[in-house]
Amino acid sequence: MKYIDEFQDPELARRLLDDIHATVTRPWALMEVCGGQTHSIIRHGIDQLLPDKVELIHGPGCPVCVTPLEVIDKALEIASRPEVIFCSFGDMLRVPGTGRDLFQVRGEGGDVRVVYSPLDALRIAQQNPDREVVFFGIGFETTAPPNAMTVHQARKLGIPNFSMLVSHVRVPPAIEAIMSSPSCRVQGFLAAGHVCSVMGMGEYPELAERFRVPIVVTGFEPLDILEGVRRTVQHLERGEHTVDNAYARAVRAEGNPAARAMLEDVFEVTDRAWRGIGVIPQSGWRLAPKYRGYDAEHRFSVEGIRTQEPAECRSGEVLQGLLKPHECEAFGTLCTPRTPLGATMVSSEGACAAYYLYRRLDTPAAKAQEATPVV
Amino acid sequence: MCLAVPGRVLDIEERDGTRMATVDFGGVVKEVCLEYLPDLQVGEYAIVHVGFALQRLDEESAKQTLELFAELGLLQEEFGDPWETAAAEAAGSEPVEEVHNQ
Repeated sequence: MKYIDEFQDPELARRLLDDIHATVTRPWALMEVCGGQTHSIIRHGIDQLLPDKVELIHGPGCPVCVTPLEVIDKALEIASRPEVIFCSFGDMLRVPGTGRDLFQVRGEGGDVRVVYSPLDALRIAQQNPDREVVFFGIGFETTAPPNAMTVHQARKLGIPNFSMLVSHVRVPPAIEAIMSSPSCRVQGFLAAGHVCSVMGMGEYPELAERFRVPIVVTGFEPLDILEGVRRTVQHLERGEHTVDNAYARAVRAEGNPAARAMLEDVFEVTDRAWRGIGVIPQSGWRLAPKYRGYDAEHRFSVEGIRTQEPAECRSGEVLQGLLKPHECEAFGTLCTPRTPLGATMVSSEGACAAYYLYRRLDTPAAKAQEATPVV
Repeated sequence: MCLAVPGRVLDIEERDGTRMATVDFGGVVKEVCLEYLPDLQVGEYAIVHVGFALQRLDEESAKQTLELFAELGLLQEEFGDPWETAAAEAAGSEPVEEVHNQ
């Protein structure tokens, strides 16, 4: 979908684009934090419809992509055990660990199951009292409350054979880390709409003020993204570093108080390593002490697994907006969805996967790959 | 991962002390937990993420989003068979997409 008349409301898309073109007087670099927005931008050619002066930098908001290699290795170790039923969302199946992924573990006889909801994993635990059921709890603030509720239910219902491998991450500390980097070029943020549906907007004014950037809460559909860009550019042109909500139909200032209360109860904030980036202080959640008995890392004694990340994968730079996917030497050659070096090439929200899938093949390496017949 | 799909509540029941609903996502019906939106009623729409209703949505917005998601194949991505997708990827087959940059 590259033509404007293929948008759901072409007339509105045209008006938003005209307004952006009319507003921009100088170059601006905006970061869309969320990987879902990245895919929408590349899929619909939004970056190509914007003025040359407006650059969209892709951010680290793909939880699959930022899950550290050693956490994947812990998942693979647990999933390989005969007593375990390992439950996960589908987008973790092909994320490469050291030498294999969950898809291969299943091929080797591991009982790996994909669930739609974490509550499905709890039901599997109830139905299989003689097996250990482990759920792979990853995700940002959107996914953390469902996972928190599931652990809460396991404790409330007294289900002893359920545990969770937790690697949750939080958006605001990531924004802080990006803005604190000397090489940062970001001048405004499109904040992730569904994260804000849960968390509200209270965490952002301090960041906007401290780093002097506008932060605009933005949805995922093409028209939502255009509106988010339009407002961010307007704020930049006026010199405003404010927090704005361009996704009001799904985001309220207070977020979802019940979900936030459950997060407070079940999790505690902790430092968290991000794949390819390193440790970001206070950027994640782990189970709070009263729920520690449901921590799969502890239950299966995998805390000690330590893994070095492969040097040839530059996804960390991609996730920080320092490198576009097609600028990586491995893109489309060594690294494809079939043979991914990193999670950004296989996640449905990974920037590398978006560029590969929607054929941003404007590099010599990629063109060579395109010209190679598939055997 | 953060994809949240609008759905319409068909019915509501208590199960294991938890408020659960049957929700229709443009023809796909799923069980959804309402604990984070306890006052959601039958006939109303909410955005749902991994089986949890997170925020109420007006009907018109919900229908527009569902229409777009269906057109883009996102409902299939969300509710389809992930093993098939993973197997196809591992085998090297990819969906054919138009070239954007020509």
